[in-house]
Formats: sequence, C-alpha cells, structure tokens
Amino acid sequence: MSRFLLRRLLGAAVILMIISAVTFFLFFAVPRDPARFACGKICPPETLELVRHNMGIDEPVFLQYWHWLIGIFAGRDFTYGRCDAPCLGYSFVNQQPIFDAIVDRFPTTLSLTIGAAVVFLLFGIGMGMIAAARQGRPADKIASSASLIGASMQIYFVGVLATWVLVDQLQLFERPAYHELTADPVKWFSGLLIPWLVLSIIFTANYTRMTRSSMVEQLSEDYVRTARAKGMPSRTVFLRFAWRGAMGPIITIFGVDLGALLGGAIITEQTFVLHGIGELSIKAVVNQDLPMLLGVVLVAATAIVLFNIVVDAAYAFIDPRVRLS
Amino acid sequence: MTIPFLSVRDLTVDFDTEDGVVHAVDGLSFDVEKGTTLGIVGESGSGKSVTNLAVLGLHDPAYTKISGEIVLDGRELTTAPRRELERLRGNKVAMIFQDPLTSLSPYHSVGRQISETYRRHTGASRGEARGRAVEMLRRVGIPHPVSRVDDYPHQFSGGMRQRVMIAMALVCDPDLLIADEPTTALDVTVQAQILDLLKELQEQTGTAIILITHDLGVVANAAQEVLVMYAGRAVERGTVREVLGTPRHPYTWGLLSSMPRLRSSVDVPLVPVRGTPPSLIHVPPGCPFHPRCDYQAQAGPDLCVGDRPELSPHRGHGDACYLTPAHKREIFADQIKERL
Repeated sequence: MSRFLLRRLLGAAVILMIISAVTFFLFFAVPRDPARFACGKICPPETLELVRHNMGIDEPVFLQYWHWLIGIFAGRDFTYGRCDAPCLGYSFVNQQPIFDAIVDRFPTTLSLTIGAAVVFLLFGIGMGMIAAARQGRPADKIASSASLIGASMQIYFVGVLATWVLVDQLQLFERPAYHELTADPVKWFSGLLIPWLVLSIIFTANYTRMTRSSMVEQLSEDYVRTARAKGMPSRTVFLRFAWRGAMGPIITIFGVDLGALLGGAIITEQTFVLHGIGELSIKAVVNQDLPMLLGVVLVAATAIVLFNIVVDAAYAFIDPRVRLS
Repeated sequence: MTIPFLSVRDLTVDFDTEDGVVHAVDGLSFDVEKGTTLGIVGESGSGKSVTNLAVLGLHDPAYTKISGEIVLDGRELTTAPRRELERLRGNKVAMIFQDPLTSLSPYHSVGRQISETYRRHTGASRGEARGRAVEMLRRVGIPHPVSRVDDYPHQFSGGMRQRVMIAMALVCDPDLLIADEPTTALDVTVQAQILDLLKELQEQTGTAIILITHDLGVVANAAQEVLVMYAGRAVERGTVREVLGTPRHPYTWGLLSSMPRLRSSVDVPLVPVRGTPPSLIHVPPGCPFHPRCDYQAQAGPDLCVGDRPELSPHRGHGDACYLTPAHKREIFADQIKERL
C-alpha cells in the first residue's frame, strides 16, 4: 500500500508539472502582452518596460517557468517583496498573492462540492437502485424519464428559476450565499441549499442512469444467480452481491466528477454569485492573469489526480482481483 | 408404489420475449429417486437448464409462465411462495453451474461464500460456519483447507474452483443436487475427477443428483437413469444401459452416432444430426424432430407431422416415436449399431 502511494504520488507530481508547463507555454503561444493590459490605455514605453520587469515576463518563457516552479518549493523574491514557499506568484491584476487568493476561495468551492456530492450520490444511486430492482415496471420508467429530463437541465436557468420561485415568491429558502461553516453552521447550510440542489440535478440524473445500467448488468451475472440459487434473500442478493460489482464504474466517475467540481463549478458559482475557485478562473482568463490561471489550473489538476489515486485504492478494496503494485 | 423423491409432471415453461412466446419446456415429466443420478441429455436449447432452474424457482416471474407440477418430498414447488423457495434453495436443493469462475462471487472469499450459505439455512454462528467451510473444503479435496479458506476464487484453478462450488452446494447436505454441465468448462482429466467426487459424495450422503449435460460419455459414467430432451420435451427415457445400449428414438441414435469413441475404428465416420435445432417460438407441429428425421417414411404417411407422439410406456424404457418397436429394433440393428 505505501509503495503504491509513493509511486502514484510521484507520478502525480510529474503530471502536475507537465500540466503547468503546458499551461505556461500555451499562454504565451497566443501573441499577447499582459503588461500592456495591466498598464492601461496610456502607457509610456518606459513604464511598460518596468511593468514587464515587475511581472517577470521580460525573461524567456523557459526561465519564467523555472522561476515559477522553484518558487513553489523555495519561495521567490519579487520587486514587491518576498513571497514565501509555497509561492505561486502574485496576481498580474491586483498584486494579491495567488496562494492566499486560492486559500481564501477554496472553502466556498469545497462546501459547494461536498454538499452537492452528498445530494447526487444519495438520490442518484438510490433512484438507480430502485429502477434496477423494478426493471420495466412503473418505478423504473418514472426514474428513467426523470433522469432524462434532469440530464437536459441547464444550471443557470434552473438556478435563477429556483431562486425566484423558492426565495422571492414562496420565501421557503434562504437567498443563496456563502457563510462560513465555522461561523454559523445553520446559515452555511441554508445559504447553500439551493446551489447544492441545482448543481446536483444533472449529476443525479447521470448517476441514476449509471447505477441502473450497472446494476442491471450485474444482476444478470452468473455469480448473482448462484447467490439466489443458494437461497440468499433478494435484498442480500441485491445489496451484497450485485451492488458490490456495480460500484466499480460509479466510483471511477465519481472520482473524476469530484475532482472537476473542486476545480470550480464555474456556472453554478456565476449563477448564485458565489466567490469560489470557478469565479477565480473566469477572472484569470478574462484578465490575462497568468499566475492566477496557473494557480486555478493547478488546483483543478491536483484534485483530479489525487481522486484518481483514491479511486484506484478504493478499487483494490472492493475487488480482491485488483492488486496495488 | 412409493412416491418418488422428486416428481415433475407435465412441466411447461414459457418465456415472453419481444419475438414471441418461447416454449422452452413443453409437457415434461420425470422422477428422481434418492441416492440415484438422473442424466438429462440434449443439445443447447433443448430445455435442460430451463427445467432445472424452474425446479429452484429461479426464473423472473414477470416474463415466465410455469405450469405443471414439481413435487419435492411431498411439497409442491411451482406454487410455493418466494420465501419458502428461498429457504429451500441451497438447503434442500442445491445447484452447481457450468463455469465456476463466473459462478462464484469474485468479491468474497470462498470460505465466506460457503459459510454464508450454511449460516443462512442453519443459523450457525460465524465460528461454527467457518469450521464447517473448512470441513467442506477438506471433503471436496482442496489441499490445505485451513489456509485456503480465506482465498478468493481467482486464486484457485478451474478444477479447484468447481470443487469449491460443490462444497458450497453440499454444505447443508441437500437432498437434491442439480449439476448443470458441471464439467463442461474443465480439462478432460479434471472432468473425471469432478465426476468421481460427485459419485463419492453421493455415496456418503444419499443425495439425489440431476446431471445436465450434452456429453453422453459423462452420462454413461455418472448416471443410472437418462432422459433425452429435444425441443423442450422428453424423447427417450430409461436406464443408462437401456438408452445407451438399445436406443429407440431417432434423435438418440443421432446423438450416439455423432459421438467419437475410443474403441471404434478410425474408418467409421462420425455422423452429425443433420439440420439445426428448431425454433422454440415456432415449434414444428407433430413430432418436433420430424424435419431432421430420416425415418419418417417408415413410421407411416403423415403420422409424424400430425399429432405429437407421447412418451411410452409410462415407466421403464420409453420413447416418443411413431416407429413400431419392430422397426426400431430393425433400424438400430441394421444401420445404427455399426456406427457406434
């Protein structure tokens, strides 16, 4: 297990380096000048040079990447002052340390992700199980068509509609907003309830369909028939045998989804004006803010890579045929 | 007259499919006595497996219509409630499947798969059940059962897996064991071992066995009685000596002629049964075998396409064919015997 972890973490580090390098070079592959963008409309050449130097983009791209990489482990000196490790640089736009900006935004994204994941796992897997158990019967048809409708929903539309109906008209829910969990757990919960529900609609639909098809497949397996042939009650056959086999593909997708959500639920954050990682990434792109862009890319990539490792470890736990080595 | 241990009467199994109703089993009757082995032979789709899944009530009731009687030890099974069947399965009636790799759960240790069956039906404690699992593994000839009880199916060879399967099936000392092609997926050398094991365990426990196979060699080795099935019906029935020694039905002749033999000379060609098995949605009228039968003319004009021949006599060596007994003897002696 520890050898597996060590090997996979090393691999993850390599992947993250490749991703950050690609981001770096792609940024400069497009002819652009972040310095001119930051300097403003009226910008004398001397000032532009100075801005360039302050940003660190007057150096060759390779060297820039090298400085950026070293900065993560050893810290870095800027014209504005010292940036301690782990240093992801300063924002081109407002000179805020990138690391602080991400740490500041991450709780919002994490809260959004965890809440939504709980909702879509619970409802998605639950509905998928019921549909599989009632194959071809009304419950299955209702679940299947509901998931088809759910999968074609648009977050911004449903989000605005839900807020208007549930908050403005019926006044059943709190207006969506982020409050810190540690400060006020009740407000944290009620403020995020609508974003959670709306964000999880599409996921719930997908997990319902995935769970159903995975369970249907397992239920026709020989070993499930054996379980029934040896007199296991149908509940046991369903949960302890079929579900055990059906879990694999669902966990794989869940790992990817969780990673992607932690990289920022851009549309959901925009719809409910939540200040998470997703909002940071939009600003980074719009403002040609390279250090910020690298920062959010790194967060998203790290989340996906780490959850991949977790998924692989979980696989070995579920299926004894899989070996971690 | 004693009541047979398992008695199947006029069993009919129909499946609803998108293409129409599949008549998988159509009016099948047979008996199995304790301590004996009945071999059920036939090609794929002849209804062998379907019949036996029906005995265990393993068909999805939403798509399956079962009629007739299945009486096990005085209990009627076709109308029994689901819970009663669940208590019976694995306990009084156990089943062994063809491919032990896919039929054992890959997610649970073999010890657990054996002991959970035992606990389910006896209410034994974890410890007792584990001890029983080890004992069963020893009985079926798994070396070092104490250390292997926690291993998973993929850590065993094919033959060992089938032994595990047998251990699991026999853990509650069932009165009836249904073995569905138990040796088909195994090496020839292992096949013989598994058949010997079944025979040996049967001698110890007195279990009745239904052995489903398409291999007449297996039947000759392991069974006392044979039932030959075709298109969901029994076409011939009798003791192994009767059916394999003096077969009467043209389909049985076909099966025997298509089987390679060690003792016969290489010059004797194998004769396959011509044609293909019939569709079970549109079963041929009359004798379902008539489109593939070479002896219709001798039976009499239009006899075989008219009414369906019944299995006769009702006890002993019987067959469902319109040829007269004299004809059957003559054809067998003149044309069939030399091929065997």
